[in-house]
Amino acid sequence: MSELERLTARLAAVLPPDAVITDPVRLRTYECDGLTHHRATPGVVVLPEGAEQIAAVVRLCGEHGVPFVARGAGTGLSGGALPRTDGVLIVTSRMRRIVEIDIPNRRAVVEPGVTNLAITEAVRGQGYYYAPDPSSQQVCSIGGNVAENSGGAHCLKYGFTVNHVLAAEIVTPDGEIVELSAQDPGYDLLGAFIGSEGTLGIATKITVRLSRAPEAVTTLLAAFTGIEAGGHAVSAIIAAGVVPAAIEMMDALAIEAAEAAVHCRYPAGAGAVLVVELDGPRAEVEHQFAAVERICRDSGAFEIRVAASAEERAAIWKGRKSAFAAVGRISPAYIVQDGVVPRTALPRVLAGIDRLQEEYGIRVANVFHAGDGNLHPLVLFDDSVPGEAERAEAVSGRILDLCVEHGGSITGEHGVGVDKARYMPRMFTGDDLDTMQLVRCAFDPRGLANPGKVFPTPRLCGEVPGVRRGAHPLVEAGLAEQF
Amino acid sequence: MDTRDVGDALEATGVTVRAAGDGDEVAGVRPRWVALPESAEEIAVVMRVCAAHDLAAVATGGGTKLHWGAKPDRCDVLVDLCCLNRVPEHAAGDLVVRAQAGVTVEALARALAEEGQELALDVPVPGTTVGGLLATGIAGPRRFRHGTARDLLIGVTVVLADGTIAKSGGKVVKNVAGYDLGKLFTGSYGTLGIIADATFRLHPLPAARAWVTATVERPVTETGQVMSAADVLLTAVPAVTESPLEPSAVEIDWPDVEGPCTVAILVEGAAAAERGKTLCELMGEPMGGTAEVAEEPPPWWNRLPSSDDDTLLELRIGVSSLPHLLPVMRQAADASGARPAIRGSLAAGTLHIGLRGLPHEIAGFTGLVRDDAEGMFGGRVVVLAAPPEAARRLDRWGHAGALHLMRRVKERFDPDRRLSPGRFVGGI
Ligand SMILES: Cc1cc2nc3c(=O)[nH]c(=O)nc-3n(C[C@H](O)[C@H](O)[C@H](O)COP(=O)(O)OP(=O)(O)OC[C@H]3O[C@@H](n4cnc5c(N)ncnc54)[C@H](O)[C@@H]3O)c2cc1C
Ligand SMILES: Cc1cc2nc3c(=O)[nH]c(=O)nc-3n(C[C@H](O)[C@H](O)[C@H](O)COP(=O)(O)OP(=O)(O)OC[C@H]3O[C@@H](n4cnc5c(N)ncnc54)[C@H](O)[C@@H]3O)c2cc1C
Repeated sequence: MSELERLTARLAAVLPPDAVITDPVRLRTYECDGLTHHRATPGVVVLPEGAEQIAAVVRLCGEHGVPFVARGAGTGLSGGALPRTDGVLIVTSRMRRIVEIDIPNRRAVVEPGVTNLAITEAVRGQGYYYAPDPSSQQVCSIGGNVAENSGGAHCLKYGFTVNHVLAAEIVTPDGEIVELSAQDPGYDLLGAFIGSEGTLGIATKITVRLSRAPEAVTTLLAAFTGIEAGGHAVSAIIAAGVVPAAIEMMDALAIEAAEAAVHCRYPAGAGAVLVVELDGPRAEVEHQFAAVERICRDSGAFEIRVAASAEERAAIWKGRKSAFAAVGRISPAYIVQDGVVPRTALPRVLAGIDRLQEEYGIRVANVFHAGDGNLHPLVLFDDSVPGEAERAEAVSGRILDLCVEHGGSITGEHGVGVDKARYMPRMFTGDDLDTMQLVRCAFDPRGLANPGKVFPTPRLCGEVPGVRRGAHPLVEAGLAEQF
Repeated sequence: MDTRDVGDALEATGVTVRAAGDGDEVAGVRPRWVALPESAEEIAVVMRVCAAHDLAAVATGGGTKLHWGAKPDRCDVLVDLCCLNRVPEHAAGDLVVRAQAGVTVEALARALAEEGQELALDVPVPGTTVGGLLATGIAGPRRFRHGTARDLLIGVTVVLADGTIAKSGGKVVKNVAGYDLGKLFTGSYGTLGIIADATFRLHPLPAARAWVTATVERPVTETGQVMSAADVLLTAVPAVTESPLEPSAVEIDWPDVEGPCTVAILVEGAAAAERGKTLCELMGEPMGGTAEVAEEPPPWWNRLPSSDDDTLLELRIGVSSLPHLLPVMRQAADASGARPAIRGSLAAGTLHIGLRGLPHEIAGFTGLVRDDAEGMFGGRVVVLAAPPEAARRLDRWGHAGALHLMRRVKERFDPDRRLSPGRFVGGI
């Protein structure tokens, strides 16, 4: 009998009867996340209903030396929730309670399985919302957002998950329930946990900050003949001291795809479109709008549309939001890439991507969060043509090289997961990665929490040499001297 | 350990090292040497010598306020970062700056202002260096809008106790590759490693600023039979923070609990004057019609409410509990005899309390406020600074939920406890 089987036999004692899945057919529904070409059938799946149950499962994993992986909604795009065939997949889909909404203190406490959008929906009526807005917000879970430090189109102005989470109750890889709070003195373990992709434990309750809905929102679509002019407009907007809520850009191929898929009716002949959203106090938005409109015209926009209503705003966003799925209309298969470059390097990097397209004979549609230089090149290929998938993969990797060469990052929001662990050494030295893994060793010395993700080579933690565990005896004796 | 050998080893690094004097004491502990590295590599060589000879090291930036922390268990080498004082990169078009740890926040602000930009942090202590700012995680009024140092930091280079140089993050704002060591080092009081440089996201300087100020003449009463300042704040502050006028900061100044308190609100942007006027109306009514708009901050803005010899507390609490805690502070002042001066963010729920009085009075006040803040309202009270006589009677840190995890982090980063030992939470 394997350790996994021994462990599985004990799960019934700590979980409700229908919360353990071992049926191979049902197991297969969990074999991948949004990065579908990495698949593995989980050893066993559990559907716990609370932190105590997760803690019990994690303790069993510890006793049997079996790895565990957390999964929220499975929309991750880097294979972070890729299961282990020799491990337990802990799915939070039954933990969907909004525990508390506290408007006077601008916060809400939710379970990890609650969707991102559900928080906003619960407080919208009172004039509030939860700011980070990944495009997957209708389905992705707040637990997954915490693990990935997810952003969204509006993170240019409002920041990421880490800027909006005030506390998290977590189950540590030891199976202990611990509260990490921004308010507590001491190390910012909350900040370190957010974005750790499930490798430091499992978030079981999350306190998020609620933001006041802005008084005014203005959305504008500007069409340019080419991507350079659009890029120029972006730089000029930033240089003018405007921080829009969002600046998104699409190139001709991405526009073509969106047109085919959702008939977004972006201006004909556009080689690039910019979507700029401004929000805030009405008086400020008016000032900023005037500046942005002028800059777009000066940069060569041949058409500018301004949304006058929520419907018109949705129409402008429709093309942008559908872009990933839309390329399915113009290509049998595609890779969604997620690199970041300093905004000022955008023109050079886009030119570099053009050269790669020619060199490899592979088309790339560009969609990006232009305001913060986060590119989502969609690398298009036909998987029925021999060798094309490999060439697409090569282009995708070379794009990351371009990003790193220009001082950027290999991932802006989709995370490292299994997909990019091998690219980490292009951005970080061995010492950098080893130092990060000291945190891992502190939380999870045996490496049972989501192993194989984020880091290309796991660091062997070992025992800490010559270290006294626990408090100093003098402190324990009540002598406050050490405080 | 032979002092001469160690001194020679430090000398041999080529890094400027001098014998420590009286002025180099760290909270009463005199180091033997002061090292003045000029780069991350030089910090690393010094740290390697420290590792080889089991020397304890404390980092210092501006250094003027070093004595305020808890006493280190030991300190052999003071690593003075004043020579790491360059701003190697200000990418104005990217709204990003990289600064070495020893650059003062004022010098940085001057350099950024030339390009019409700023690091949107208010630093209440003149002379603070970038490293000291991060190591203490200190922040001022605009924490309400922009958060604290951790929220604007996008990359760091650190040197560990064994001399390893490591970086995390980078120079783009959006970046989720790897763990965020910058978060971990922010507020770590030099106990995990030495910060060599830091990269921040910047903001454009606002076109205009306006401050709306209103004073409540009535003191906070103990019983609240008359409409007290606390009641006024209970209605006035939510009116402001819930308005769509997006204040950048909402501060209170209450220098004497027997007297009046003042509330000041900052709005920033091209339409600041107009928004200020609207806020004035909004505030004026609950505050008794005394609100005024000004283009300059009140004199107490972004200053700590304490002077050098005072005890300084930081209270963190849910904003809706703050008005309830004001009467508690008045009661605690009466009961203990300590004299508090209170200032801080009503919108972010962080107040600083400067305390004067005898050591037992200070301990009494701190205990009473902490009991209520932690017990009834889920808040926290931290003693940021205290003169030695008062410090002996105080639990500096109060409750820290994940202390054992913090200890484990410390053990991994600094297993021999050579970096600022004993200065941090739970004796870390
Ligand atoms: C169409 C589409 C659009 C997207 N747009 C965006 C976008 O705009 N911005 C963006 O940032 N991302 C985006 N994503 C990526 C993805 O939605 C986010 O990464 C999201 O946060 C994942 O949430 P999830 O619940 O699906 O997590 P999963 O995919 O289930 O898991 C993701 C990672 O989180 C870990 N995890 C899950 N729950 C927990 C928990 N409770 N505790 C600890 N670890 C946990 C998993 O182990 C895994 O490593 C998009 C994805 C798709 C498919
Ligand atoms: C516990 C404490 C309480 C304080 N209370 C007050 C107060 O009441 N009033 C006031 O005006 N100021 C106070 N200060 C000082 C203030 O908060 C800032 O710390 C100070 O101005 C920071 O600037 P500095 O560069 O002078 O840092 P220093 O005073 O030199 O150092 C501050 C702390 O940061 C660490 N540090 C500095 N640079 C680095 C680095 N590069 N890498 C790692 N660690 C580093 C030091 O070891 C020390 O723990 C206090 C500081 C501490 C530590």
